[in-house]
Amino acid sequence: MIPFIKATLASTALILTGSTAWSGEIWVTNEKDDTVSVIDTDTLEVIQTYPTGERPRGITFSKDFSRVYICASDSDAVQVMDPNTGEILHDLPSGEDPEQFVLHPDDTHLYIANEDDAITTVVNTKTRKVVAQIDVGVEPEGMAVSPDGKIAITTSETTNMAHWIDTTTQELFANTLVDSRPRHAEFTKDGAQMWVSSEIGGTLTVFDVSNQVELAKMTFDVPGVHPDRVQPVGFEFTQEDTHAFVALGPSNHIAVVNAKTYEVEDYILVGRRVWHMAFNADKSRIFTTNGVSGDVTVIDVASRKALKSIKVGRFPWGAAFRP
Amino acid sequence: MVRIIFLIFFGFLSNGAAAGVTLNIGYLRVDVPRPPTLSNLDPLPENNGLAGAQTGLQDNQTTGKFLGQSYTMASTIVPHNGDVLRTAKEMLVVSPYLVIDAPSNLLLAIADLPEAANALLFNTSSGNMALRDTECRKNMLHSLPSDVMRTDALAQVFIQKRWRDLVMITGTYPADTAYAAAMRRSLRKFGLKLSSEKIWQADADMRRTAAQEIPLFTQEFGDYDALIIADETHDFGRYVLYNTWQARPIVGSEGLSPQTWSPVIEQWGAAQLQSRFEEQHSRDMTGPDYAAWAAVRTLGEAVTRTNATDPETLRAYILSDDFELAGFKGRALTYRTWNGQLRQPIAIAHPRALVAQAPLEGFLHKSNELDSLGLDRPESKCEVFQ
Repeated sequence: MIPFIKATLASTALILTGSTAWSGEIWVTNEKDDTVSVIDTDTLEVIQTYPTGERPRGITFSKDFSRVYICASDSDAVQVMDPNTGEILHDLPSGEDPEQFVLHPDDTHLYIANEDDAITTVVNTKTRKVVAQIDVGVEPEGMAVSPDGKIAITTSETTNMAHWIDTTTQELFANTLVDSRPRHAEFTKDGAQMWVSSEIGGTLTVFDVSNQVELAKMTFDVPGVHPDRVQPVGFEFTQEDTHAFVALGPSNHIAVVNAKTYEVEDYILVGRRVWHMAFNADKSRIFTTNGVSGDVTVIDVASRKALKSIKVGRFPWGAAFRP
Repeated sequence: MVRIIFLIFFGFLSNGAAAGVTLNIGYLRVDVPRPPTLSNLDPLPENNGLAGAQTGLQDNQTTGKFLGQSYTMASTIVPHNGDVLRTAKEMLVVSPYLVIDAPSNLLLAIADLPEAANALLFNTSSGNMALRDTECRKNMLHSLPSDVMRTDALAQVFIQKRWRDLVMITGTYPADTAYAAAMRRSLRKFGLKLSSEKIWQADADMRRTAAQEIPLFTQEFGDYDALIIADETHDFGRYVLYNTWQARPIVGSEGLSPQTWSPVIEQWGAAQLQSRFEEQHSRDMTGPDYAAWAAVRTLGEAVTRTNATDPETLRAYILSDDFELAGFKGRALTYRTWNGQLRQPIAIAHPRALVAQAPLEGFLHKSNELDSLGLDRPESKCEVFQ
């Protein structure tokens, strides 16, 4: 008991006095408040709240962090905000009900999942024009792009597939089945693997990018939680891709997965219905959005301990970092 | 290893090769006239159920186009006094997969046709417990929850809220008495007390006199924790609300109600299904729509994963551990292998919001919490299903 208290005090002291390598901000979209909350990664406090369009979900920054793109799903628009002022500069044509998107490494093309229309829309952020619309499965959501920019991925929740898009032709070149309700996709940094989470299937599938063949499938077993409530959604890779932090939805836990052995090493209790997450600058801390409890949990990556909960708006969903 | 080969196979198909797997589905509805009700405020949509099947078909088609699989659906509506069995036979010639909206006696008659021996039928209309029990059929799955699944869900709410002393008003139509019977069974199962029951004799126009009649009618109940309305015909129940002698919650067919589906469900991605449905049909999705959607999606999911269209393969897959349907209820939906009932959470809702979703926390089960609702394996007397 005493060591536990000591550890708690130590980590509290770290929060109060410690400072991470670089300061920065975590931007969180609040799905049912039509706002973004800006959290200071040093003080771990909300320093700004800006209004957005209706039902903001996906959020990402331009490569120079001078622009923040926000999927305002119910406004049927991707909004472009000046992160220094919170001013909405303009909307991008996004197709209907944009839920999630990914910015191509060229810093120009946004690949947007239009959830209600079974379409992926490609928008040029400079010309503000739609470059292509690609038919995908029912309820597209998860979006990823390979580090070399050659492949974009859309996962469709009801069709249960990862759709592989050739970004040169903007056409599908493969469709791979995954377990029920795929929610999120990520490439590893070397571009060799692509991971997909399946919310209802309760699994995480790893694909070999070179041939789109399934390499592995991970399952989760949170002690004391019924398997039906263990629902993998958002996930992120740690520094050097050694581990993945996987949000397990209504089980209220984050799983820490070894990215080499595909084994779960830890479960970390966070807020209720954990959705997505973002790291701070040096990836020493990860910030998770907890939809139902309306807060963000800060996790110390090295010790795998939750440090603090930060109240944000109602139903926080997406998260993105800017220095 | 098997799974990997499977994926390569599909990957190959999606690269342009035409596979030509087509699944034909029949949708059969028997039009049964509704009894007259006191209010005409909520007419049942003409395409109730069928609209859900159409949305499910569209979901299947979108998925199928990436796999070289296609789906068709032929729908037929027969009047209740028409030749239902002849129509069913004709439809079975075209497809062994029938999604059916019909009373339970006709469901059984169709299932017992020699032409249906190797068919796979979906009951999307009857909550009758017997169809999942002594009268189950090997060729019939049930995507609609049984009445007892819904009343068990409500009983769990009673336990959680400590509403232990219940009273009930029951209508006289068969659907009302069946619901009341299911409710009595659920109250017994969960050890709750039904201290008094009254029958609603439909001989007053409550649009004029509810404020005078209902207080008197309910005064005889004395005190209780909650009043159950068994009025699945939706005749009188709406006039009981806010007119009772005692200020107590109203539950059952009105008020806080256990539902297959409700327009107020928006969690678990349901908002997407609701908006897709609304866009296609310009109205809210109902319970029968949901059951028909789930039936068609069940077939779609089985074809997607097996690339087969024969009933034997699909039935085996649907009843296997590999099958799971993402049904926008927050958990994977699967079929009970002992009677073909689709396991599913039950929404506890009022017309403006979802209040809870059963199974509620704390109602444990040794294999699947969803089996705390309805006929569990040891209770079901269904023998022919497996």
